[in-house]
Amino acid sequence: MTAAALALDRLRVTFDGFVALNDVSLNVASGESFGLVGESGSGKSTLLRAVAGLAPVAGGTIVVNGKPLGRKRDKAFYRQVQMVFQDPYGSLHPRQTVDRLLLEPLAIHGFEDTEKRILRALDEVGLGSGFRFRYSHQLSGGQRQRIAIARALILEPSILLLDEPTSALDASVQAEVLNLLEQIRADRKLTFIMVSHDLAVITHMCDRLMVMQNGEEVERLTASDLVARRVTKDYTRNLLVASEGFKRSA
Amino acid sequence: MSETMQTRREWLLTERPASRLQARLGRAYLTWRRFTANKLAVVGLLIILALCLVAALADVLAPHSPYIGDLANSRLLFPDANHWLGTDGQGRDILSRLIYGSRLTLQVVVLVAIIAAPIGLLVGTVAGYAGGWVDAVLMRITDIFLAFPKLVLALAFVAALGPGIGNAIIAIAITSWPPYARIARAETLTVRNSDYIAAVQLMGASPTRIVLRHIMPLCVSSLIVRVTLDMAGIILTAAGLGFLGLGAQPPLPEWGAMIAAGRLFILDQWWVAAAPGFAILIVSLGFNLLGDGLRDALDPRGGSQ
Repeated sequence: MTAAALALDRLRVTFDGFVALNDVSLNVASGESFGLVGESGSGKSTLLRAVAGLAPVAGGTIVVNGKPLGRKRDKAFYRQVQMVFQDPYGSLHPRQTVDRLLLEPLAIHGFEDTEKRILRALDEVGLGSGFRFRYSHQLSGGQRQRIAIARALILEPSILLLDEPTSALDASVQAEVLNLLEQIRADRKLTFIMVSHDLAVITHMCDRLMVMQNGEEVERLTASDLVARRVTKDYTRNLLVASEGFKRSA
Repeated sequence: MSETMQTRREWLLTERPASRLQARLGRAYLTWRRFTANKLAVVGLLIILALCLVAALADVLAPHSPYIGDLANSRLLFPDANHWLGTDGQGRDILSRLIYGSRLTLQVVVLVAIIAAPIGLLVGTVAGYAGGWVDAVLMRITDIFLAFPKLVLALAFVAALGPGIGNAIIAIAITSWPPYARIARAETLTVRNSDYIAAVQLMGASPTRIVLRHIMPLCVSSLIVRVTLDMAGIILTAAGLGFLGLGAQPPLPEWGAMIAAGRLFILDQWWVAAAPGFAILIVSLGFNLLGDGLRDALDPRGGSQ
C-alpha cells in the first residue's frame, strides 16, 4: 500500500453516552476511492463528520497525510480535507450568491487571485459564469450540488469526503454528478471517501469499501468482491438482496 | 418610456445576474414588490416618511414658535384659523409644538433602535452559537431584564440617572434589548446546526466570522420586523416617561409631556391633550403597519426560498 492519505485507529464517537462509532479503524491510500456502506444510523456519516471535525471524537486517532490531528483542526487541515454534504438544499447559505459562497473560503485562507479561481471553479463543475451571481434558490438540485462541489474543490484539497452526494438528486442528475466527481478525481488525483447506501453507486465509484452496522465495521470488500457476490457476512448479503430487489422492480 | 420600464424590470428580475450589484438590486426589488403588495404597509411607510419630513422641515412648517406664547391674549384658545390646533395653557401654538415634537419622537425611536437592536443581536447570536455556559450566563441576564415591566425598569433607571430626554432614551434602550436577544438566539439555534454553517466551519472560518457574516444576516430581517413593531411601544414608553415628568423637561415639546400638561384642563379644554395624543396614535399606528408589511416582505422563509 502507498502512503496512507487517511488513517483511523480505533476511532470512537459518542453523543451524550450514545456510541455512534465504536472503535473503527481504517486506512485509505492516497489517490484511492474508498466507500462506506450501511443502513441509516450505521455510523457512516458520523465517521466522515468526525474526520472533518464536526462530530465529537471520544477516542482513537485520526492521521491525515501522515499528520495526527489534535482536538482543534488548524487552517492547513481545511486546505487538505473538504466535504460535500448530502442535501444540496441545506448546504448552501440561503442569503448568499454563488459568488459569495465561493469567495468565502478564498477570503478565509487569504487567496489573492479570487476572480480567476472562482471562474475556474465554476468552469470545472460545468457551470458557466452565468451562474455566478445567482442565489441558491435560483438553482436546481443538481446545480446546487455542483456549486457545493466547486466550493469544496476551490481550496484544492487532496482528500474529499462525500456524504451521499447524490442521494437527494434524481437518477439522471445523479449520473451527471457521479461522472463529474469521477472526472475530477482523475484530473486532480484526489482521495475520495464516499458514503452511500446505494451499492450500485459504490461499486461504480470505489475500489474498496467497508460495510458498517451500528457504528461498527461488518466487513471489508473490494468492489469486484461485491460484484461477484464474494461476501462472508449475512448482513452484507441482506444489503445485496435489498438492493437487487430494488433493481428488479425498477 | 414603458419599454424602458419593461427592460429595466427584466434586468432586475433576470435569472442570470451579471454582477454582484445586479443580484443585490434584483433581490431588493423583489422584497419591495412583496412589500408594496400590502397596501396598509405602504400607508404605514407614508406615515413614517411624513413624520421624517415634518421633523426635517419643522422650521419651515411651524407657523409659530413652539416655546414662546402670548400669555396675555392667547391662552387655551379653541382651534381657529390662526392656531389650527388651538393653544395650550402657556398660550403656545399646539400645532407648532407638535411639529417640533416630531423631532424628539424620531430622535427617541431612532436612538433606541440603534442602541438596543445591535446589543440584542450580538447577545442573542453569541449565546445561540456558543451554547454551553456562555449561553446560560447571557440568557439568565436577559431573563432578569425581561422579568421587569418595561416602564417600571425605565423609571428606575431614569430615577437613578436623573430626568431628561437623553437619560430616557438610555433607559428605554436598556429595557428593550432583551426580546431582541431572545429572537436572535432562537433564530441562531435553528441555523447553527445546518449544513451550510458546517460547510463554513469546514472552510476554517473563525467563530467570530461565522457569527458576524453567516448567522447575523439571517437574524437581521426578523429583528427589523420586531424592532419596527416595537417602535410604537417605544414611543408610548417615552411618552409615558414624559407624562410622569421623567422624560423630556419643559419647555421641550415632547408629546407625552404635552399630554401631561394638558391634563389640567382636560375637561374644559380637551384639545390641549387630545392633539398630542392623536399624534402619538397616528405615528404608533404607522410603525405597526410598516412592521406588519416588513414581516411579510422580509420573511426569510417566504416565497423566494
